[in-house]
Amino acid sequence: MQVRRPASSLGVRRRRERTARGSFFILAALPLFLAMAILLALLFRSWPILKTRPLWNLLTDKIWLPSQDQFGFYPFIAGTLWVTVVAMILAVPPCLLTAIYLVEYARPRLRAFMKPLLDLLAAIPSVVYGVWGMLTIVPLVQAIGPGVGKLLGFIPLFSSENPTGFSILAGSIVLAVMVAPFIIAVTYEVLHAVPDGYREASLAVGATKWQTVKYAVLPKTLTGITAGVVLGASRALGETMAVLMVVGNVPKVPSSIFDPAYPLPALIANNYGEMLSIPLYDAALLTAALILLVIVLAFNILSTLLLRRIAMRAKG
Amino acid sequence: MKNRHFAKRHVEEGIFKALMIGSFALLSASLGFILLTIIIKGLPALNLAMLIQTPKGGYYLGKEGGILNAILGSLYLAGGGTLLALLFSLPLALFLKVYTNHSHWSDMVRLALDVLWGIPSIVYGAFGFTIMLALNMRASLLAGIIVLALLELPIMTRAMDEIIRMTPFDLEQASLALGATRLETAVHVVLRQMLPGIVTAILLAFGRGIGDAASVLFTAGYTDRIPTSLMRPAASLPLAVFFQLSTPFPEVQRRAYASALILTAIVLTISLGSRWLSGRLGKFVVK
Repeated sequence: MQVRRPASSLGVRRRRERTARGSFFILAALPLFLAMAILLALLFRSWPILKTRPLWNLLTDKIWLPSQDQFGFYPFIAGTLWVTVVAMILAVPPCLLTAIYLVEYARPRLRAFMKPLLDLLAAIPSVVYGVWGMLTIVPLVQAIGPGVGKLLGFIPLFSSENPTGFSILAGSIVLAVMVAPFIIAVTYEVLHAVPDGYREASLAVGATKWQTVKYAVLPKTLTGITAGVVLGASRALGETMAVLMVVGNVPKVPSSIFDPAYPLPALIANNYGEMLSIPLYDAALLTAALILLVIVLAFNILSTLLLRRIAMRAKG
Repeated sequence: MKNRHFAKRHVEEGIFKALMIGSFALLSASLGFILLTIIIKGLPALNLAMLIQTPKGGYYLGKEGGILNAILGSLYLAGGGTLLALLFSLPLALFLKVYTNHSHWSDMVRLALDVLWGIPSIVYGAFGFTIMLALNMRASLLAGIIVLALLELPIMTRAMDEIIRMTPFDLEQASLALGATRLETAVHVVLRQMLPGIVTAILLAFGRGIGDAASVLFTAGYTDRIPTSLMRPAASLPLAVFFQLSTPFPEVQRRAYASALILTAIVLTISLGSRWLSGRLGKFVVK
């Protein structure tokens, strides 16, 4: 009688297993290694400029004239922060309300409709957002700018001296739409995870739905919502093409939402490649990338840690 | 008094409900608005020549030609990048599930992946370019593919990881209990189980890759020819949109809108296709 043997002997299978385990382990180090490599490579390449002048001066100097050896990053950092902050102010309230609506009020059919919608919004390439912004948002801002400037111009934030429409406001509106899917997705998950018991208890004592949301659901989810907002902000900080196309790209410190700005990613994208003739220009642009990376990493790690804490707490 | 309080909270309820519905409508409307703008502006300028010709002399002054170079370039770039990323991310995702499901090591790896996911694509581009300078490489299809693979790796791995996490642990245990090694369990059980997830993750990463401009800007370069070698520069659709839009000629700008329409159509087809496919493949998954 013939016994059917397994295709490979036990020894072979064991050896295979050991090899696989070893190579998987090395492979798993790849993301860590890559993150380190990016940080170190940028640090290494921006060293020529970092070693010749104090970091504080680089970050706070307002003058950017590479041909005259002046590298002040302040206008670009300010531009990045302005665009991001205004975008978040525009995006967060509607995103929160939408997420609350979807979790607490909407019928399942509407919820099922939302997922593909958010996927589509997240899938549209940034250059397409940029085209959309140039075609619709920039003219819109151009049209409302003078009116708002006349009405609210006494507040510096709203004074309008830029006739083109290529402005922080335009960049922020485009960004707000771009980061919406991220913020909604995170907030939705967080709200969804609140046990129904809280809602039932609140409804049972006669609270309206909104009161339930306000007093029972939202306080439980504050950390998670913060994480979602921070994640959205870190996306907004690094967005390049869409912002670059509508924000005006003028290296000056902005003081109004109608002013043009020049965020860090736009600086890199616009100038990299043609910088080789000016000494230190290359190092300066990579310093810009490094500054951007450090800001984004800080935001990212913060949001990840917040979300982790929630996950831990949920586990008990 | 009691009645007024009753009225007040119902008014508040009404106001916030209206605000919520308004916000939801606003978001849906912006998606519609974006698509509509691109279609209305792009469709009139779209013609067959754009799809099947490369730019002829004077194309950027408004003469005839098409953007086949960019369409093919983008497909090569995103396709190559996705394949390369898949080579690493599939074993990585399996490893995270089968070998170290809840250890500190896998937590670290997941954290690193999340961090990588958050790094802006322009930083990947700059990083890629510094490496190219160090190796004395020129902008080429290969460099673009590698940078896109780096960009897509965390997206793909995390997407797979999220889905593999949902496969029932019982299945794995059953396989291990029958004497299968972890590798065999990974390849024969978990891999089959996560097939729909793999497809979704691949298409998600492909969509991200094909739409990204900032990372290929310095690494893949731009050319009017169809790429024939890995060492030559390659055009891409997002950059085609960008460059055509920056010319002062309305005729060329209209082509930028048409190119944006082509890009959007590709990306949306992928997004919807992956939804459909994962639904189809999901039929054979043990819940």
